[in-house]
Order: sequence, then structure tokens, then C-alpha cells
Amino acid sequence: MKCDELEVLLHALIDGELDAGHAHDVEMHVAGCSACAAQLASYRAMHGVMGGGALKETAPAHLRSRIEALVAAPAPRVVSMRGFFKPTRRSFFGGFALGSALSAAVAASLVLTVIRRDEQAVADEVVSAHIRSLQPGHLMDVATSDQHTVKPWFNGRVDVAPPVIDLTAESFTLLGGRLDYIDGEPVAAIVYQRRKHMINLFVAQHLGARHARTVAESIQGYNVRHWSQDGLDFWVVSDLAGDELDEFVQKIASAVPRSSSAS
Amino acid sequence: MANDAVAEQERMRRFRDAALPYLDEVYTLARYLMRTTDDAEDAAQECFLRALRHFDSYRGPAMKPWLLAILRNVCNAEFARRSRGDVPTDCAQDESVAEEMPMWREPQASPEKVILQQQDSATIRRLVAELPAPFREAIVLREINDLSYKDIAEVAGVPVGTVMSRLARARAMLRSAWNASENTTVRSGPATASGTAP
Repeated sequence: MKCDELEVLLHALIDGELDAGHAHDVEMHVAGCSACAAQLASYRAMHGVMGGGALKETAPAHLRSRIEALVAAPAPRVVSMRGFFKPTRRSFFGGFALGSALSAAVAASLVLTVIRRDEQAVADEVVSAHIRSLQPGHLMDVATSDQHTVKPWFNGRVDVAPPVIDLTAESFTLLGGRLDYIDGEPVAAIVYQRRKHMINLFVAQHLGARHARTVAESIQGYNVRHWSQDGLDFWVVSDLAGDELDEFVQKIASAVPRSSSAS
Repeated sequence: MANDAVAEQERMRRFRDAALPYLDEVYTLARYLMRTTDDAEDAAQECFLRALRHFDSYRGPAMKPWLLAILRNVCNAEFARRSRGDVPTDCAQDESVAEEMPMWREPQASPEKVILQQQDSATIRRLVAELPAPFREAIVLREINDLSYKDIAEVAGVPVGTVMSRLARARAMLRSAWNASENTTVRSGPATASGTAP
């Protein structure tokens, strides 16, 4: 290992970001290289000084109370929110806030925001999750075409046992599984592929799919299907053509009862 | 409507429990990104407002990097807004300028010479504040906000490899500034252990 190549790894070592193997390699090199040993020592010292918490700031009390007021439990009536804002606060971050009047308006809209986990919100999120999953390295946590590997992988990661169904014979290739988050809740994502098209199948207990019949829609150019079955909510997102995705849904839906009883 | 109010209260409570513990972290990053306390306070407040607005779409699991990413966006938006006026910004500073700076390597520096502890926090703050934005952000998120590389990558919206090279460069620049500032203070003070005093 050359010293140049090692430079970045020294930092990763200091930051505890190296696995045991690489850490060992780096330490071996450092043990025999005084230049790198000196580098490591000086960076480590710097890390020690900076990381000690001495450089942390504490939010001033007035800022804390201002923010606490913003997120205080709202009174049932909107008008009472006004009292939370200091009218003297100077106008803030152009474009967004034009002073306390608008802040009050923002707060009012917050009060009226209703906690909803309706289909539309979930639909937007699963599409986002699908798009995110297509980024390099994001598609799968466990990559295997073996359903008996994917299914147990979810144990302890999600609170349901998602049916993992092998549809290779139907030319939907099982690629693997992934832990995803929808609305802050862990969700099992099972990844299939037909030709070059990725299909994400999201499964969780309460995911806003209230109907046993399959609901079809198209969001941002992606085909979305969702339905509820055996106490689980299923969402399917793909850029696959609608009729092919329907075929996929139908295969999954008809295989779910068998899969559940088998588990 | 009564149910809505209850639900909203519940939502607010969840948000408070999840987000407020990170106020100091958010404020700390704001101080390093925004430079003045007034701007930092405004940015922190705006961060929490935005976080509250988007709390329903928050999908976790880690609240801290999520908040810090929002804060960073708030700061960058503010810099962008100011740069449309004629206020100079440094967040908009192109990284390529900084990339041209030589990586500081000083193999002859022995551990004994690195008397970093002698620097007081005020000096360190100043040195960090002088780093170009991408490097300042990386080093603050790592050392002060104590984020993992993966979280920093998410907050800064860059690959982990970029985080690693920025951190290496940030520390190199910091060390050289550090040594330089130490030398100036040492020159006027008593000799260090490393030299043979005449």
C-alpha cells in the first residue's frame, strides 16, 4: 500500500469507518512507515481536540423558547397561535417569511394540517422510494434470487413476514429485498425485474391500501398498483407497462395465500 | 374537527420529541455555516419550521441528519438569495477553486510537535470558519455534529467517496492553518520542547 493511497484511509481509520480488515492493513502500514505514523498521530490529535464537544454550540435560550413555542401543542382554535410569535422578530429569510404576520399564517396552516396517512400520501412516498431505490447501490440490501433467503432476511427488520414469491417461471425475476421507510415506518421492499424494468413490491401492515380490489394509478410516469390482502397492504411501483404490471399483481395476489400458509 | 385537533396535537408532540433534542446540533451547524449569530438563529428557526411542515413525509430513521440536511438547504437557499443581490457569499464558492489547493503533507511533523491542545476553542473556531464551504461543512458534520460518513454524504448530497476526500482535505488545510497559527503564537512566547533553546 502506497502512502498516497493511504491518506484517505488514515482519516477513515480515525473516524472509525474502516472494517477490521482495512483497519488492520492501514495499521500494518503505519507501523512500518514513520511518515504516515506522524500524519496519523497529528490528525488523531486534531480529531481528539475537535471532537471533545468543546466546539459544540448551545442554542441561546431565546431561540430555544421561540422554537419551542412554534412546535407547542396548538390550541384548538387557530387564533390563539398568534400569541406564540414575537411581533418584533425581524423579517426572516426572504421569500419565505415576511415577518410575524406570515409566520402566524404559516402556523395557522400548520394547525389545520391534518395527520393523514391516506392513499395519496403513501402513493407519493412509494414512488419516491422506488425512484430512490434505482440510485446506484440502493436497490437491494439482500441480493439473491432465492426466496428462501429473502424471506428470513426480513425477520426482525419489519414486523410482518412479507410473502416472498418466486415468479422466475413467469419471467419476473426475483432480485432481492430491501428495508425501506414509508412515512417513517419500516417497510419490506421486494425487488423484481422484467427485462430492464425494475419492480418494487412494498409490503407492510398499514400502508394506506384499504381496498381488497387492486387500485391502479400512474404517478410521475410510474405505474402504481395497490391492494390489501390477508391483513397486509401491498404497493407495486414500476415503469413496466400497465398490462404487464397487472399481470405481476395478479401473480403475486394469487400466490400470497399459499405463501402465508407456508410460513 | 375535534379529532383533527387531537391528531394535530399528537403530531406536534411527536415532532417535539423527535426533533427538539437536536436543537443544539442544528444551531451549531448553523453557526459554522452562517457566520453571524443572528443569521444562525434565523436559519435554525427556519429549519424547524420546514421540518415541521415536512414531518409527515419524514421516513427516518435518523432525525439528526434529516434536520441537518434541512438546515443546510436553508442556508444554501439564503446564500443563493443573497448572491442574487450583491452580497458576497462563500457557500456558492466553487469547489474547484479549493480543489486546486495543494494537499498539505508534512511528513516531517513529529507527534511531539503537534501541540494542538494549546489552541483554544476560539482559535479553532476561527480556523474552521476560514475553511472553504464544502470542507468546512464536512469537517463540522464529522467532528462537531459527530455524523458518520454515510450520514454526511446524505446531508451534503454527495457520494461517500467525496465526503472522504473532502474530510482529508479539510483536515489537511486545517492542520496547516493550525500549525501556522501556532508558530505565530509560539514565536512571541517561550520556546517549545522541540527546539534547542540558545
